[in-house]
Amino acid sequence: MSETTELAPRPVASPHSTRHGGGKIALAKLRDLALIPAIAAICVLGQLVNPVFLRYDNLINVLQTMSEIALLVLAQTIVLIVGRMDLSLESTFGLAPGVAAYLTVTGGQGLGLLPGMWAVPATLAVGLAIGAVNAVLIVRFGLNGFIVTLGMLIVLRGLLTGISGGQTFFNLPPAMMYLGSATWFGVPASIWICLVLFAAGIVVLGFTTVGRSLYAVGGNLDAAKAAGIRTDRVLIGVLVVAGLLAALGGLLLSGRLASVAAAQGSGAIFTVFAAAVIGGVSLSGGRGTVFGAFTGILLLYLIQNVLTLAGVPAQWIGALNGAIILVALVLSRLTSGRNQE
Amino acid sequence: MTGRPVVEAIGVSKRFGSTVALDGAGISVRPGETHALVGRNGAGKSTLVAVLTGLLAPEAGTLLFDGEPAPRLSDRDGWRRRVACVYQRSTVIGELTVAENLFLNRYQRGPARLISWPRLRREAARLLAEWSVDVDPRLPARELSVEDRQLVEIARALSCGARFIILDEPTAQLDAAAINRLFDRMRGLREQGVTFLFISHHLQEIYEICDTVTVYRDARQVLTAPVAGLTRADLVAAMTGEARPGSAAADRAGAPAGEPVLTVTGLSCSDRYTGVDFDVGAGEIVGLAGAGGSGKTELAETLVGLRRPDTGTITVAGRPLRPGDVPAALAAGIGFVPRDRHRQGLVGGMSIADNATLTIPHRLGPAGFVSGARRDGIARTMIDDLAIKTPGPDLPVTSLSGGNQQKVVLARALANDPRLLVLITPTAGIDVRSKEFLLGRIAGVAERGTAVVIASDELDDLRGCDRVLVLFGGRIVARFSRGWTDHELVAAMEGVDLHV
Repeated sequence: MSETTELAPRPVASPHSTRHGGGKIALAKLRDLALIPAIAAICVLGQLVNPVFLRYDNLINVLQTMSEIALLVLAQTIVLIVGRMDLSLESTFGLAPGVAAYLTVTGGQGLGLLPGMWAVPATLAVGLAIGAVNAVLIVRFGLNGFIVTLGMLIVLRGLLTGISGGQTFFNLPPAMMYLGSATWFGVPASIWICLVLFAAGIVVLGFTTVGRSLYAVGGNLDAAKAAGIRTDRVLIGVLVVAGLLAALGGLLLSGRLASVAAAQGSGAIFTVFAAAVIGGVSLSGGRGTVFGAFTGILLLYLIQNVLTLAGVPAQWIGALNGAIILVALVLSRLTSGRNQE
Repeated sequence: MTGRPVVEAIGVSKRFGSTVALDGAGISVRPGETHALVGRNGAGKSTLVAVLTGLLAPEAGTLLFDGEPAPRLSDRDGWRRRVACVYQRSTVIGELTVAENLFLNRYQRGPARLISWPRLRREAARLLAEWSVDVDPRLPARELSVEDRQLVEIARALSCGARFIILDEPTAQLDAAAINRLFDRMRGLREQGVTFLFISHHLQEIYEICDTVTVYRDARQVLTAPVAGLTRADLVAAMTGEARPGSAAADRAGAPAGEPVLTVTGLSCSDRYTGVDFDVGAGEIVGLAGAGGSGKTELAETLVGLRRPDTGTITVAGRPLRPGDVPAALAAGIGFVPRDRHRQGLVGGMSIADNATLTIPHRLGPAGFVSGARRDGIARTMIDDLAIKTPGPDLPVTSLSGGNQQKVVLARALANDPRLLVLITPTAGIDVRSKEFLLGRIAGVAERGTAVVIASDELDDLRGCDRVLVLFGGRIVARFSRGWTDHELVAAMEGVDLHV
C-alpha cells in the first residue's frame, strides 16, 4: 500500500481540533464481554441455590447438552453477520442424521443400503446439500431468504417425518454414535468439537480476509462489492457452511442419544436466535462476534441448569425460558446502549 | 502542458428499459484540473459516474484512462487504482472501524496469513496523518460526521493509488464552514496532482473551486468550457435549455405582517439552543439561518413537535402548543417539510398517493377506511397543483426525481391547509428549476395568509423571506429585514461581525 509515497503529501492545516473517541472505542471492545458479568452472577447464584452447580460433573453436563445446539448458534451467527437468516437449520439438524440412519440402519424404518461407516459422510453430505439448495434459491434466484428457509424448514421436517414414518430410528451404527458419545482426555468429544469450532470461528471471522468480508457484506453490500469482494460467493459459502454445521450438531445429538427422533431439533431455532441476539449479533447484519454468540448460548444453558437445580417444576421451565430470553434482551440492550432493530 | 486526459469517455450510450440514460455522451478530464459536472436531475450524471467507476457497462462508446482502455468490469482492483468515487450515500461500513474501512479486503497480514490488527491500525493512522485527516482509526465508522466520512473515503481512494477522484454532491450535507474546509483540502490535493470530477447543484461552488465545467442535459453532453469565461446566466441556460424566468420568490413584494400566528417565547433545549424568542405573522415568511450545529434545525423540529424543549412556550394562533407532540402540532395546523426527505419525508416503498396523503387519513374515507378513489383524487389535485412530473398517483415515490420527490413532501405539508408551514432545507439536493418552482410556491402559500418558517443555510432559500433570524451557537444573534446583502448574512451565520 506504499503507493501513497509517490507523492509528497503536504499537510493541509486542519482548522478543527483533534477529537478523541476513546470512550466509544472502549465501549465497542467491552460489548464483546458484556455477558461475562451476567455469567459470573449466574454462577454465584447457582452455587447459592445448590452446591452441586459448580461441581465438575455438572458443568461438563451443561457444556455437553449445550454443545449440539451451540453448533446451530455458530451456524446462525455467521448467517446473521452476512445479513441473512436461516430458519431451516433446525430441520437440517434432524434430517441430516435422519437420512444417514435411514440409509444405514437395518430393520425398523431403515433401508440398510449403506454400511455403517458411511453414516458420518452421509450426514455431512446432506447438510452440505441443504445449504447448497438454500444458497441457490436465495443467491442465484434472488428469493427472499427468510421465506425460502421457512419453506425449507417445513419441507425438511416433513421429509424426516416421511422417511421415519414419524417413528424414532434406533440401533444406529457405532460409527454414527462415536462423536456424540466418545470421551477424549476425560471430556466428552462433543465439547471438544464445539469449543474447537467456536475457536476456529473466532479466528476466521476476526483475523482473516474471508471472515472480515462477512462483516462487509452484511454491513453494506454495495461497499463490499466496490471493495472487490465477491459477495455472491461469500453468501453461498456461508449458507453451505451453516448447513454443514447444523448437520454436525445433529450428528452429535444423535450419537449422544443413540437415536434420531422425527422431531429432533424441532423448535430449537427460537433458542438459537435468542442466544445469538443476546450475544450481541444483530438481526440486520454486519454486527456481532462468534465469542459473543458463545456467551449468549452459554448464559441461556447455565440459567436453565440453575432453574433445574433449584427444583423448578418442568412444566414451568418453558415459560421461564421465554421470560429469561426477554430479560436478557433488555439487559443486552442496556449494556450496548443501542437499538437492536 | 495539457497531457493525455486522465479519463476520456467518447460516445457512451446506456439505456434502462425505455429510458435513455446516456445518449452518445462524452467527457474529457485533463490531469490536475478540477472538473465540474452539472446538469438537472435526470440529465445522466449518475449514470455517467457509474460508467466511469466501472459499476455499469455502457452499451456503446469507449472509455479511456490515460489513453489506455478501461479495465474489465470484474477487475475491481484495476478500477480502484484508476478512479474512486465518494458518493452522496456512504460507502463506508458503519459497523467496522475506520482502520478496517480504509483497508477493506486488502488487509495487512502477519504470520499464518492472519490479519494483524495492530499493524493495520498503525498503517491506518499513518495514512490518515499523511493526508492530514484528523480521525481516530479505532473509531467505528458510523460515529463519523459526514465531513470526516468523506475525508476517510478520499484517503482510502488515494491509498489505492487512484489520482482521479469523483465527488458526487459532496457538499449537499455539509455546512458552510465544512464546505470551506473541503475546498481547502481539494486545493491542497490538486497541487499534489490529484484530479477531481466535482458534481454539485450549487453553481456558486463550481465558480469557487472548478477550472472546467461540463454540462449534461437530456442524456447528452451539451457544453464543456472553462469556468472563468462562462457567465452564470449562460451556465444555467445550458443546463435548462431555455431562457431563465425571473425568480418569483425574489420579486415578491413585502407582505404586511398580519396577526402573529406563531409566538415563541424563552424556548431552550439543553445544549441545542437557548432563550429563543420570535413571532411569525399571517402571510409572513421568516427565515431561520445558521450553519450546521447552530441549532436552527433543532429549533424548527421543536416547532413541529419532533423535539421537546426544556423550557419556553410555543403558541399557535393564540393557543399554547403541547410540546413534543407531532399529532398535536398537526391538529394545530402546522405543516412540515423535514430536513432529509429520504429519512424523514417519504416512505420509499409506498405510492405517490399514499405518501402525499399520509397526514390526512381522516379525509380518505369514513371510520378509518381508506377509499382508493378518494385518495387518488386528492393526490391528483396535488400533482396538478405542484406540477409533479409523473404518469399517475399510483407509482412508487422512489421512481420520481429528487425535485419531484420534494414536491410530494411539500404537497403533504400543504394537504392540511396549514396555518403555519415549517420547512427545513427545502431545496437540498434538487435541481435549479424545481428549486425555483418550490420557492415560488412557498411564496404563493404565504400570500394566501399562511405563516412560513424556513430553516436553511442556503441563501437562495432565504432570499424570499420577509425577515431572517440568524442563529449562532444556539442563540439568535442577528435579525435582518428585507434588503440584506449576502455578505452580511453569511458573516452573521459564521459568527463574524463585519462592522468591527
